[in-house]
Parts: sequence; structure tokens; C-alpha cells
Amino acid sequence: MEQSLAPAPAEAPVTERRPPARVVGPLAWLRANLFNSWWSTALTLVMGYLLLRWAFAFFGWAVVHAIWTVPLGPNGQPATNVCRVADPAGACWAVIGEKFRFILFGRFPYAEQWRPALAVVLFLALYAVSAMRRFWRMELVLIWVVALAMIGVLMWGGILGLPFVGQDVWGGLPITLILATFGLAFAFPLSVLVALGRRSRTLPAVRVLCVLYVELIRGVPLISLLFMASVMFPLFMPAGLNPDKLVRAQLAFILFAGAYLAEVVRGGLQALPKGQYEAADALGLSYWKKTCLIILPQALRLVIPPLVNTFTGFFKDTSLVLIIGLFDILTTGKIAVSDPVWNGFATEVYLFLAVIYFAFCYAMSKYSRGLERDFARARRR
Amino acid sequence: MSQTAAPVRTLSRPIIELDHVNKWYGAMHVLRDVSLTVAEGERVVVCGPSGSGKSTTIRCINRLESHQEGRIVVDGTELTDDLKALDTIRREVGMVFQSFNLFPHLTVLENCTLAPIWVRKTPKAEAEELAMEFLRRVKIPEQAKKYPGQLSGGQQQRVAIARALCMKPKIMLFDEPTSALDPEMIKEVLDTMIELAESGMTMVCVTHEMGFARQVADRVVFMDHGEVVESGTPTEMFEHPQTGRLKLFLSQILRGH
Repeated sequence: MEQSLAPAPAEAPVTERRPPARVVGPLAWLRANLFNSWWSTALTLVMGYLLLRWAFAFFGWAVVHAIWTVPLGPNGQPATNVCRVADPAGACWAVIGEKFRFILFGRFPYAEQWRPALAVVLFLALYAVSAMRRFWRMELVLIWVVALAMIGVLMWGGILGLPFVGQDVWGGLPITLILATFGLAFAFPLSVLVALGRRSRTLPAVRVLCVLYVELIRGVPLISLLFMASVMFPLFMPAGLNPDKLVRAQLAFILFAGAYLAEVVRGGLQALPKGQYEAADALGLSYWKKTCLIILPQALRLVIPPLVNTFTGFFKDTSLVLIIGLFDILTTGKIAVSDPVWNGFATEVYLFLAVIYFAFCYAMSKYSRGLERDFARARRR
Repeated sequence: MSQTAAPVRTLSRPIIELDHVNKWYGAMHVLRDVSLTVAEGERVVVCGPSGSGKSTTIRCINRLESHQEGRIVVDGTELTDDLKALDTIRREVGMVFQSFNLFPHLTVLENCTLAPIWVRKTPKAEAEELAMEFLRRVKIPEQAKKYPGQLSGGQQQRVAIARALCMKPKIMLFDEPTSALDPEMIKEVLDTMIELAESGMTMVCVTHEMGFARQVADRVVFMDHGEVVESGTPTEMFEHPQTGRLKLFLSQILRGH
């Protein structure tokens, strides 16, 4: 009886085979994903047609019929009519060639614009160094302090033979990067503390404060917070002690981002099993050692996707400072196309701006996916 | 009712004393006048049906749970809200959990060296040497560089035991260490615990492994509904249970064995 139930005794192990071509490979992928029924085949064909048509049209506009430079007209102004009358219509990239320095650096004195350019390069280098995990030690803080000090010297000047440039004429990409970098660099640690405070069981007063902070800040739009920072805040400050507009906007931005990030971090803290806290307690780790060595490393890894989501969101939200009269890169772009000579070429300018924003945000999300992959190995349970 | 353990070996001074301990979760009375004394070097197995308060009892010993009435004295230090006293006790009391609770973001070796380095301030090299010694004792030195997620349940639990031992505790608490394991892995963990018992460690184990209790326990404590119902040597308890509740419990867990 028993023998009839048992499978035939396997003397040699069944040899491993490659899966048949029906199952893997590009053809199988096409069949499974694009043509697996008459309905999906029809959908694929329609979407493919629309996509191709759109791509051709865009390519024609952006490349084939594009006008890269325009001659100077009789009045000494660029003769942008060339672009306006062109048929078929093409992109007038000449506007970028003419305006990109204004868009990137705003009203910063033209001859000194190498300074904000260098500041931007320093920012990029700072991001690159911080992204490399082999630089993740205490020295990195020092690198940040030095780099930010150098950026400050470059932007303000006034020493080392650099002429002083007031903050009122800063603009463009450096403003965007300053707001985003300082904003997130301060908001992130703040958010971790707030998230921890909100979960504190031993310090009820701290918990209440953290809840109040998060709920109050989250409950108002960033724009109103920026208005308050720029209009109301000075009213409460003693005369003579009035931080300038950029600093006030920066503070509003840090507070706002901090509240949102705190909730993301709290989500990570809550996702950790109770056993992790208990194991750390049982080993005799103090609260801060437990938090820094066991809890945060795990909680923050869990929330990389929503963290980066919030980071990219705030990177783009820096553009809201235009309403309080700061010239971030979106504002300088807007001003560039309000020049009567170049009026009507907003599409080109906004595309240019979109590419810049996209480059930063895509870099963030690409990097975060790499981090997730690296950490996934350790997270398997 | 409760009898003093017939000492198999000479047992010295008491190292854990629970004196009329009471605990409530809200209005629920989960520990009722629990008194229990464990001598240095003694091996005590706590058993009882689920919800009987046995896990809560041993979690009170290192204050993962706090008690509301009565006294708990561990190694001469009374457990109170005083954080310093708590630190002292937790350093001396190792704990092994049902769900292992290894730190998944650290390697096996880092799991073992973390507390010695950060709590005991042992130099890193020394801590690693010590950790390797204990990993050899639980027979998985070759897994030192792996992450907990790459190990089987039995291996993870042995790492958890090594991790607790690296703090050189005077007392080891086991909270159902084999309950989350697949049957074929229970033995390797029990063998490690038996070896540890033979080395003279003071152990308090919450477990349903009656074979283990028979083999190593000096005393078995039976709890039900938050109180200690009966205690005695394994032979007394298993061969001559005095109370109906213990008889019922034994018949339930021995069914199918």
C-alpha cells in the first residue's frame, strides 16, 4: 500500500533545465504584457499609434523646425519675429540662449555671475559626496560646514577681494538650492526629534508640544506660512532685530517641511515590531542608544520611499517663495518671458525649467532606489 | 501546597526574589500575589496555560513590564522606577524571546557585540573575540558575517542566546524560546539551553517543553490565572500533581506526545 502512494524512487536527480522560450525572453514578455488578448492587442495598437504621433510631433517642433538663434533686428533688439512667423512652427530655443544667465542667476551682477555658478557646482559636489556611503562619517558634517561657508562667501562676497552682493539681487538656481538644501537639512533632524517626541510615553508635555506643532503647521497652506513669515513675523520682532526675507522664508520652509517629514518618520517608528524595542531594553541600552543604534536605522530605511517623496515635493515647493518676492528659478523664468521682446515663448522657458527640476528630482529618486536595494539585503526576515 | 525544591546541587543565596507581586492591565488582575524565589545557579521552569501570567512574570524580572504592588529584588537591587537600578539589573539579566528579536539591520556578529561595546564599554576587538567564543558555543561561528534574515529560525534563536550571553549576565530569562520554531529546529535550541544549564547559569524558562523541564529543571512552577498554583521538582510535579488544575494542564499538553 505504502509503495503505491510513494513517488517513484528518484535514482538520479532530475536535471535542471532552462525554461522554454514560451516562458521567458522578449517575445514571451511581449505576448504576456502587450498582446495577451484581442482587447489588450487593440489597446496596445491604439496607444502605440498615439504615442508615436505625439513623439513625432514633439520631435518636429523641438528639433527639426526649431530655431536656435535669431539675428539682431534694426533696432538692436533680437528679431524674434523670425520665430513668430516660422511655418511649420518650431521651438524658439534662442530665448534660452539669450536668457539662460538671467534664469539661472537672476539679477546677480552680470560680471560676477561666475560666483553663483561656482556656488551651484559646490552644492552639486556636496550632494555627490553626501550620497557616497563611504563618506558617511562624522567628517561629513565638517565638509558640509566648510562647503556652506564657501558658498556663503561666494554669494555675499565682501571679503577676499570679492565685491559685496546684497541678498536682494540673488536669484535663480542658487536661491532654489539654498532653500531646498538648508530647508531639508534642518527639517529632517527636526522631524526625527518631533516624531520621537510624539511617541514619548515618559514626557507627556513634549508629546503634546509635538502634536500641536505638527497639527498646526500641517493645517495651514505653505503659502500662508510664507506670508506670515514675510509680513507678520517682522511685526513681532523688536526693532533692529529683523532677519531678512530669505532667512524668514527659510525658517517657514523648515517648519513646514519638518511637520510633514515628522509624520513620515513616525510611520516608520510605528512599523517597527515591539520586539525590537524590548530586545534593546533587555540588553540594557539607554533610550538614546536604543534609538540611534536600533530603532532609527531600521525605521528610516522603512520610510525611504515616502521620505524621498516628501523631499522631491519640497524641492519643487521652494518655487512658492515667488509670492513673497524672492527670485527662485521659477520666478526668474517667469520674469524672463515677460520681456516684451521675448513675449510668447513661455513654453520653451518652462520646458527648460522642467528639465532642471526633473534632473534634481530624478537624481533623488534614482539614488533612493539604489539605497533601498542595498538595504533590502539586510531587511529580509 | 508549594514545596521547597529538593536541592539537587547545593544552591546558594537567592538571586531573584518576587514577593507578593501584583499587576493589573487596566482593571484586569494579571498577576495575583506571585511570590517566587530563585537561588543562584538554580534552573526554574515556569509553565501554565496561555494567559496564565507566566510570560508577564518573567518580563517583570527585567522590568519589560512593571508591577504595581509587591517587591522584586534581583541580585540585591530592588526594581523601582529608578533608572540607574534598572540599568544595573538589565546588564546582569539576559533575555531570549519567543520571536528571537534579533536586529535585522546588523550582522550576527554586530548583534552580539552591540551591547558589550555600547553598554559595557568593551573595546571592539575584545567584544568581537568574546562574541565569536559564544557563537562557537552555540555552534554557528561560520554565520557571523550573515544577517539574521539569512538564517533559519533555530539558528536565529541560537544567535539570540549568544547575544544575551555576550553581556556575561548572571541570570538568563527564556520566554517560550522554542514556541515559534519549526519542529525540526526545537532540538538544536534545547540542546544549547541544556548545555548552558550544565555550565551553572541561573535560568528561568517559560516553556512547554516538558522533556527539557525533566532533564534540567531544579524546580517547576505551575501558574494559572495569574497565580502560582503549585511548584516542586519535575518528578513531584509530573508524577504526583496535587491540584486539579495542574492535572488538567498536564493532560492537555501531554496529549499527542
